[in-house]
Amino acid sequence: MTTDTRPLSVAEDRGGPAQPILLVKGLRKHFPLGSGFFNRNRGAVHAVDGIDITVPKRTTLGIVGESGCGKSTTARLLARLIEPDSGEVIFDGEGVGIPNGMPLKELRRNLQLVFQDSFASLNPRMTIERAIAFGPTVHGVGMRDAIERSRSLLDRVGLDPTRFGGRYPHELSGGQRQRVNIARALAFNPRLIILDESVSALDKSVQAQVLNLLMDLKEELNLTYLFISHDLNVVQYISDAVMVMYLGQVVEVGPVEEVYRHPRHPYTKALLSAVPSLDPHRRTERTPLSGDPPNPINPPPGCRFRDRCPQAHAVCAGIAPERITVGPGHEVACLLADAASGHPDATGRNDR
Amino acid sequence: MSDILAQTTTVPALDLKPRSNNYWIGVLRRISRDRLTVICATVLLALILIALLAPWLIPADPYKTSMIRRLLPVGSPGHFLGTDELGRDMIARLAYGGRMSLLIGVMPVLIAFVIGSAVGIFAGFAGGRINMAIMRLLDVFYAFPSVLLAVAISGALGQGTTNSVLALTLIFIPQLTRIAESATTQVRTLEYVDAARMSGASSLTIIRVHILGNVLGPIFVYATGLVSVSMILASGLSFLGLGVKPPEPEWGLMLNTLRSAIYLNPLVAALPGAMIFITSMCFNLMADGIRSAMEVNE
Amino acid sequence: MGFYVLRRVIYALPIALSVTVVCFLLVHIAPGDPLNAVAPADAPVEVINALKVAYGFDQPLPVQYFRWLGRALAGDLGTSVATGRPVLAEVMTAVVNTILLAVFAAVLGFSLGAVLGGMAGYRHKGIVDRIATALSVIGVSVPHYWLGMVLTIIFSSKLNWLPAMGAGPGGSKEWLWDAEHLRYLVLPVTTLAVIPLGIVTRTIRALVADILSKDFVQALRAKGMSDRAVFLHVVKNVAPTALAVMGLQLGYLLGGSILVETVFAWPGSGFLLNTAIFQRDLPLLQGTILILCMIFVLLNLLVDIIQPAIDPRMRRS
Repeated sequence: MTTDTRPLSVAEDRGGPAQPILLVKGLRKHFPLGSGFFNRNRGAVHAVDGIDITVPKRTTLGIVGESGCGKSTTARLLARLIEPDSGEVIFDGEGVGIPNGMPLKELRRNLQLVFQDSFASLNPRMTIERAIAFGPTVHGVGMRDAIERSRSLLDRVGLDPTRFGGRYPHELSGGQRQRVNIARALAFNPRLIILDESVSALDKSVQAQVLNLLMDLKEELNLTYLFISHDLNVVQYISDAVMVMYLGQVVEVGPVEEVYRHPRHPYTKALLSAVPSLDPHRRTERTPLSGDPPNPINPPPGCRFRDRCPQAHAVCAGIAPERITVGPGHEVACLLADAASGHPDATGRNDR
Repeated sequence: MSDILAQTTTVPALDLKPRSNNYWIGVLRRISRDRLTVICATVLLALILIALLAPWLIPADPYKTSMIRRLLPVGSPGHFLGTDELGRDMIARLAYGGRMSLLIGVMPVLIAFVIGSAVGIFAGFAGGRINMAIMRLLDVFYAFPSVLLAVAISGALGQGTTNSVLALTLIFIPQLTRIAESATTQVRTLEYVDAARMSGASSLTIIRVHILGNVLGPIFVYATGLVSVSMILASGLSFLGLGVKPPEPEWGLMLNTLRSAIYLNPLVAALPGAMIFITSMCFNLMADGIRSAMEVNE
Repeated sequence: MGFYVLRRVIYALPIALSVTVVCFLLVHIAPGDPLNAVAPADAPVEVINALKVAYGFDQPLPVQYFRWLGRALAGDLGTSVATGRPVLAEVMTAVVNTILLAVFAAVLGFSLGAVLGGMAGYRHKGIVDRIATALSVIGVSVPHYWLGMVLTIIFSSKLNWLPAMGAGPGGSKEWLWDAEHLRYLVLPVTTLAVIPLGIVTRTIRALVADILSKDFVQALRAKGMSDRAVFLHVVKNVAPTALAVMGLQLGYLLGGSILVETVFAWPGSGFLLNTAIFQRDLPLLQGTILILCMIFVLLNLLVDIIQPAIDPRMRRS
């Protein structure tokens, strides 16, 4: 494949292979409630409440959780589409959103986002080749060159540029539009792509095609993915590591096979047991999750999952569990995993 | 690059598109198929042309009075549509009157369109507190019935064309700002605007490239409909004696001065109002036509 | 509910206050010295200066505003330059006449619009729908002052059925509830009713057609729900929006009546306003606008309060 998909020069690998492409510490965003003059200070939605993320280069980190757990807010915070309240974001060794740090324009060239709604993410009045070309022109590439590159990108994502280039978004199917959105992200030559439920709205067969395209592109262009989804099967298929979020916090993170085979957090267990499996031996009698997640407005202290947790104990109300390492790269935020926590059912760190 | 070319040539050209699929060309095509809208547009075009070309089309002088030829009925020789209370030819008065009536009807909307779009798009794009502050300020204007406000402002300022245009502009700005703001707010929350922000483009570029094309259409349609209201109100102000000054021909003013003639020569007295009615209705129907042509997104 | 009402009232207060500011400023955007309206043109300088102090025109604008507001709240809107009577008394007589006209016109326009729009919405694309659509386009496009003239020509001049001018026989300004006075009401009310007719018909037609096309109504019909029950469903869903539109329209009638009152020489607020403008009677102009706008603000507040009471979707916030 000699397709030229690199209109903009690739940013050099500054930190070296060992430096994670993305390092996040204590990221926090609370949305204040009420916007009128009369109803301030009614509280805040704790959308993202102090999370840490590490994404090594050329890997895929899956983020899972129910709707409303803060997955999408996290994506938008990382892309700086919304400003975080606090927290540290380091992109390949360079601080983001700090004085003398990485400029926003530079960050967005290296970090791109693909959204869930393929239709809403394309300007309905713009042909798709122009939609893809728009980004590079912002960075100084001439329109003619940008269009040419946009055509080769269309080709790379599997859309014939002569047939599709001049079309408008409504003339494409959902899968085709999502390919266009991927091509648009690629036009910047990014190093990290955040895929926010990007395949969730697609039919299963189309989903598989797009996932395969994503995996090919990752190999070919040395990309790193942050793959956000509520679909645990898809996450297992594409990810190297997985992070489970609950009400704006990380409850468990680890290598994907490890977490899927030996989940330590009751929430992760519940999520996994709710996944339909074709293998009769993997069917569990464990009670799936019941009820809705509690309101993320002004959550009470202690463990946020305790109201729905089958193994909750009085101590869970008092102590907010810290993340502890339970295996290589496997961390969990639950008192059950900490023998010293005082939870009666708690087990030792490496005890399975 | 060679393999791309090789690939594309092997694809059979199934998708030969005989028509352009540009959105606005599609809208025009749909409008051209809508008979009522085409008729309205033709009538309006004719009215505008007659008003513009009146000196060349109409031999009679709209200002020339004649005491012996006062209030001639419709169909009189030499004065096909009769004469007014001062013996002036009605055809000439109506044709020349169109100039002023159309001008004072369209001008306020045009000015308000520019200002309202700018403020509304800015507010909608900025969002948050700025948006709220601007919109709360405009709420004050909504506390006035628009006709009352127009009469009050032009009444306080005194008779005059400029004053009545100013008064109408003031009452239309809040309405158009609101339309622009809600259209922009709607578009701004769509993910393609986020995608554009992800490109690192400046707000101005995003507004120019991605917002304008998607919000100006609905604002324009609303403004077209508003011209209908504006025509009625502008002529209404003249009818009250607040707008155009005599002897200038203007439909609303003509209606006012011919009011005393409704018992003597009702048909002539009603003519200027019929002109306002026709113009206003054409603008209204055209706005409807454009709106439905724009709603189909296929 | 009580809290909600309180909040709406609190929201309406700054609006009402802004309205008073605009009304106050009206006099100050008027060309010429406001004193010209009260002092004869050839008055000596000492008299002018004395008057300036007496009227408070020597004070800075904000001071003048608050003094004016204080007096207005106490019911003192000044004295009409033209008649020498208190503005409030003049305005009140006129406003009552206008409200009479507006309420009759609203009842006529709303009920006709509701019936027409409802029928059109039920029989989408039918003959009634076409008539309703045509009528609503005419309703919003017709210059109502012209319509008033045309009605006068037909029913007063040609047929000689109805009186063309005034509110009662012999130019009387006092309203009486008898057949003779009611005849004077017919033409202005009909003319005025056309203003809301178009919008109300259009709105209700769209709302009814929209609800009938909803899946849940189709499902209810498929399950054999009676037409009467479906109709109740439609009414329940249409009422809140329709009410809001009607409330606004009733307010617009207060403004729209200016032109119609002029056509029929109806002794209402519009007529008074017209007189005030042409006699440069600025206190009268200011007072009339202020009272009419306050009624409008009050109407909007009323709609805001009533709407959630009949619309369960709005009750939560």
